[in-house]
Amino acid sequence: MLQIECPWCGLRDETEYKYGGQAHVAYPEDPSALSDEEWAEYLFFRDNPKGPFAERWVHTGGCRKWFNAVRDTRTYEFLAVYANNEPRPDISSLTGADTAGATA
Amino acid sequence: MADLSTLQELRRSPLHDMATEIRDGGVTGDRAVQLVEQPFVTMVSVRIDPDSTGSRGIDEALGAPLPRRVGETSQAGGHTALWLGPDEWLVVSESDAESLVEQLRTAAGDTPAQVVDLSANRTVIELTGPGARGVLEKGCPADLHPRSFPDGTAIMTSLARVPVLLWKVDADHFRVLPRASLAQYVAAWLLDAVREFAPASPSAQAGA
Ligand SMILES: [Zn+2]
Repeated sequence: MLQIECPWCGLRDETEYKYGGQAHVAYPEDPSALSDEEWAEYLFFRDNPKGPFAERWVHTGGCRKWFNAVRDTRTYEFLAVYANNEPRPDISSLTGADTAGATA
Repeated sequence: MADLSTLQELRRSPLHDMATEIRDGGVTGDRAVQLVEQPFVTMVSVRIDPDSTGSRGIDEALGAPLPRRVGETSQAGGHTALWLGPDEWLVVSESDAESLVEQLRTAAGDTPAQVVDLSANRTVIELTGPGARGVLEKGCPADLHPRSFPDGTAIMTSLARVPVLLWKVDADHFRVLPRASLAQYVAAWLLDAVREFAPASPSAQAGA
């Protein structure tokens, strides 16, 4: 079983968590000013990198808190967990030189 | 309107209909386990910023500071505060819920806080005896070994795949707090799980 480290509860089984999609997708400042294409971009389009990916997780079976994590989509390895008001960690520092698959 | 004492006579705990089964479902021997429901325990949810003046007020009202880390509990004067999250606790108390809610709301003062009587949300199943930990380990993903789960630890986890609050009083005494709607399922699972902890009887060995 994959274990995920909750920032507050520590290592727990994957089944205690739910996935929340890509992290750092900000709600548009002025939604009514967006074109349909821009609105669709915000609503539906997400990165799909092969490699480290910053995403949201929620610890539903524990403290019920949301947090962010950088997960390598090739290996499922969690490279970092951090609070959802913190900036994305520097991915190159987490993976060394092997960051070719990462997207900005 | 019926007065409160009448309502208290009429109320039924989530495991009321299983009381006999639960009482008779324990096993004896080296790995004895006994089960009992502790119904109608006062439980009050507290949500507040732990670094606020209001939370210091609550610490004083409870007689012990709200625990700050996962698994921790703090106990004083008939109240035990269980850590549920970085800004959420469950106070399990010997006081009556109404006065405890009042007391904690007053203690929080002007700090934004939520103090709610959640006594009806969960029931308490007490597991006692040297086999208690072994029974729970059959259906709980948490490491219950004393080195990582010392006396006085309480965590949100799962038992038999449903969420429960698990609280270890001491090595031979655990409390399982399922939601009311899942209590019968959890109790039935526990009753089944304890059966293999009974000592082998001569008649069973004879194939009866
Ligand atoms: Zn957690």
